[in-house]
Amino acid sequence: VHIKLRRKIMVSKRMRLTALLLPLSLMACAANGDSKPVKSASSDPIEKPKVKAEAPFASTYKSYPGVATLIKGATVLDGEGGRFENGAVLLRNGKVAAVGASADGMNVPADAVSVDGTGMFITPGIIDIHSHLGDYPTPSVDAHSDGNEATSPTTPEVWAEHSVWPQDPGFSRALANGGITSLQILPGSANLMGGRSVTLKNVYSRTVQGMKFPGAPYGMKMACGENPKRVYGGKGRMPSTRMGNLAVNRQTWIKAQEYRKKRDSGKEFTRDLGMETLAGVLDGDILIQNHCYRADEMAQVLDMAKEFGYKVTAFHHAVESYKIADLLRANDVCSAVWADWWGFKMEAYDAIPENAALLQNAGACTIIHSDDENQIQRLNQEAAKAMADGRRMGINISEADAMRWLTYNPAKAMGIDKMTGSLKAGKMADVVLWNGNPFSVYSRPAKVWIDGALMFDANDPKRRPVSDFELGQPGEGDVK
Amino acid sequence: MIRSFAAFSFLLAIASPVTAQTVAITGGKLVIGDGSDPVDNGTVLIRDGIVIASGRNIVVPEGASRIDASGQWVTPGIFAGFSRLGLAEVDAVTGANDKSASRSGFNAGLDIAPAIDPFRTAIAVNRAAGITRAVVAPEAGSNMFAGQGAIVDLGNDDKAITKLRAFQFVEFGEDGARLAGGSRSASHAAFRAMLREAQDYGSNKGNFDDELLRAEDAKALLPVLRGETRLLVHVEGANDILRVLDLKRDFPSLKLVLVGATEGWRVADSIASSGVPVIASALNDLPVSFAQLGATQSNIGRMKNAGVKVAIGMIDDRDAHQIRYSAQYAGNLVALQKVPRATGLTWNQAFAAISSVPAEILGVGDKYGSLKPGRAADVVLWDGDPLELSSAADAVYIDGVAQPLGNRQMRLRDRYRSPVEGDLPKAYDK
Repeated sequence: VHIKLRRKIMVSKRMRLTALLLPLSLMACAANGDSKPVKSASSDPIEKPKVKAEAPFASTYKSYPGVATLIKGATVLDGEGGRFENGAVLLRNGKVAAVGASADGMNVPADAVSVDGTGMFITPGIIDIHSHLGDYPTPSVDAHSDGNEATSPTTPEVWAEHSVWPQDPGFSRALANGGITSLQILPGSANLMGGRSVTLKNVYSRTVQGMKFPGAPYGMKMACGENPKRVYGGKGRMPSTRMGNLAVNRQTWIKAQEYRKKRDSGKEFTRDLGMETLAGVLDGDILIQNHCYRADEMAQVLDMAKEFGYKVTAFHHAVESYKIADLLRANDVCSAVWADWWGFKMEAYDAIPENAALLQNAGACTIIHSDDENQIQRLNQEAAKAMADGRRMGINISEADAMRWLTYNPAKAMGIDKMTGSLKAGKMADVVLWNGNPFSVYSRPAKVWIDGALMFDANDPKRRPVSDFELGQPGEGDVK
Repeated sequence: MIRSFAAFSFLLAIASPVTAQTVAITGGKLVIGDGSDPVDNGTVLIRDGIVIASGRNIVVPEGASRIDASGQWVTPGIFAGFSRLGLAEVDAVTGANDKSASRSGFNAGLDIAPAIDPFRTAIAVNRAAGITRAVVAPEAGSNMFAGQGAIVDLGNDDKAITKLRAFQFVEFGEDGARLAGGSRSASHAAFRAMLREAQDYGSNKGNFDDELLRAEDAKALLPVLRGETRLLVHVEGANDILRVLDLKRDFPSLKLVLVGATEGWRVADSIASSGVPVIASALNDLPVSFAQLGATQSNIGRMKNAGVKVAIGMIDDRDAHQIRYSAQYAGNLVALQKVPRATGLTWNQAFAAISSVPAEILGVGDKYGSLKPGRAADVVLWDGDPLELSSAADAVYIDGVAQPLGNRQMRLRDRYRSPVEGDLPKAYDK
């Protein structure tokens, strides 16, 4: 099988030239999602101090300077289900200082900038839990295809951040058109265990370290189903079937348990990068983001997680979550889904547009994700469609609740909900001011603040980032 | 009462023809689709599947049956300017995907019509979203000439073809260069050589040099050479667009249509003065390739302002399944009007870009794409602004025939409204 490392199978744009190879490209998906690290339930009861080396490749992100800002007169959706008509939000020292139905009683500094939000909406910064910006950047040339280390079915040793090109023009579009302030970059889905994810602030930097979200836990990408078995079966190696997928996974978890025991024994042991990541999952420090389409496969993954004592934080691309919404709720697993993608591959055949609404209705954690450099610019619109599809079948979801799908819920599933994801006093001032209702097709971000710094302003060309790649090119600094 | 159409099972809903009698759709907010302002309390009169009158103050003949559209929007069905509808059930399942004949020895002679299956799930799903007609193009396989495309309707019957062999489709730009041998020099040389071979075939079959073309391919290119069949050319970059426009110098009869044209705004004046119309992607704004460095969502608005006739198409963009994004894309171009320095479309222009304009570009604007008298009665009743994300089609008529709006996705939805099994497994819940 001719394997071209291109992005996603699903997007016919990419598929067309590679015909039906459904190259590794499509395998760009992952998932994860619970903010509370779950202590391992593994059978090893011994609590030994872990070897804690200084974290390598540490974040060097520093927020940019901001000024105290009071936004008044806008409709506020706080990301946790709250809504204030004609409300006010005060940003100060990089944090959300106050949110309420009015500015009365807020401790507004005398020099605060006042923004008139009349007719506008304020929401938390939008968060995409599933992106390949940077590791499958544009231009989408082969030389940039860095999202799938498709040389072995399990590559827990790779880290997505080492593939991220911080000059991807896509970051700027996600900011200006989508209001994206934080995003999780994942390895692709060619592999059963694809490696570590990285969570970024959507602020350009010369280095990836300069974009890394300080304090965000790592995720690990896993993938069910068609992609791993196709890629490796096509190479004449295991896995070539779904049963092969599970067998390779379980064998690998057994090794990880042994490694962890050795690590915690106090005796000398040889470091292994892949096993370090897997042991981190068993410790509950690294969150599993699991690409998985079909309901029956998700149920099997949940049992595998029980067998080895780890938690699945989120299933990504979970187009059949609606079939097991009760099970997902009971297991406290998030589903990161598209509004309406379907039919691009066999395991996406039963996708329905009401998936998100049915999950929400069942009380299961629901997230709208993109896995796409275009739809990351319109996650608000994808949520709007999913909300409308729910309403048409009698599931009444409020705009305030639908906003959770794009903010608080992904933050929770990325383990950063204590820091961002909603407009609560003390959280990072990651805020979007929309020029209208964000659930309308006619609305776009007017301003975006990240950690209180104004990083995009539709009225000010100076507040529109241009990556190195686009400098001196046709359309540099254009509205895009 | 209108909604009851949607409630029919798609197995039962055999179209109820409104032929042979006059039908009046009254009371709705009427959009003609030709770029004119919507009119409140408009009327559409339909007879024998054709619009015979539309607008305000239309007198409803005695004996006409009435459909009350009060509180609804009434528009022409969406005419998809570019798609691969009906060609794939599942993109990644080889046997269920007929987009590309990549191992065929034929090229321009390929005719997509027999590959268009009106019973594909995607036809029903997109019909329910208000799409009534679509341009269906083959995908280039091993040659820059992909073959002959068709115009189809999305009606619930076994006759999908509106216009057979409506156009020829060819790849230029990066894709054409790759298919022709690795350089744009190769695609331009191959194009000229293939057209000349076809010319030779037309003038003297006995001397036909079949090095590049088989007879079937040559036959298909003859009407293209004569300008009787449109040539849709997929091209994205500014320079590639100019070089395609240059082809008219050597082949003056070609009736060109540019498809894609992501960088069209950079050469909009040249396109406008050539008179060549464009079916463009609406929202491309990333430098996906070096031919698309100037990509911007303002592309269509800027071309339009320069005088280019431009429609929206789903070009290599979920083209077999998600044509229902057309209205969302059009709405996004309206949104640009509120974005400083961006160039969008007015609402009227945006709706025309997914109805009358693509029909006109394909040469069938006198029959499809709007609700002007004489057009096919492809009518959609919407529960709100059709470009808005919260809106949906309440009723769809194609050639005046009420269409079932059910589909497989709705069946799954209803089966799993509650995910828990009842007295029997879900498989018994039908």
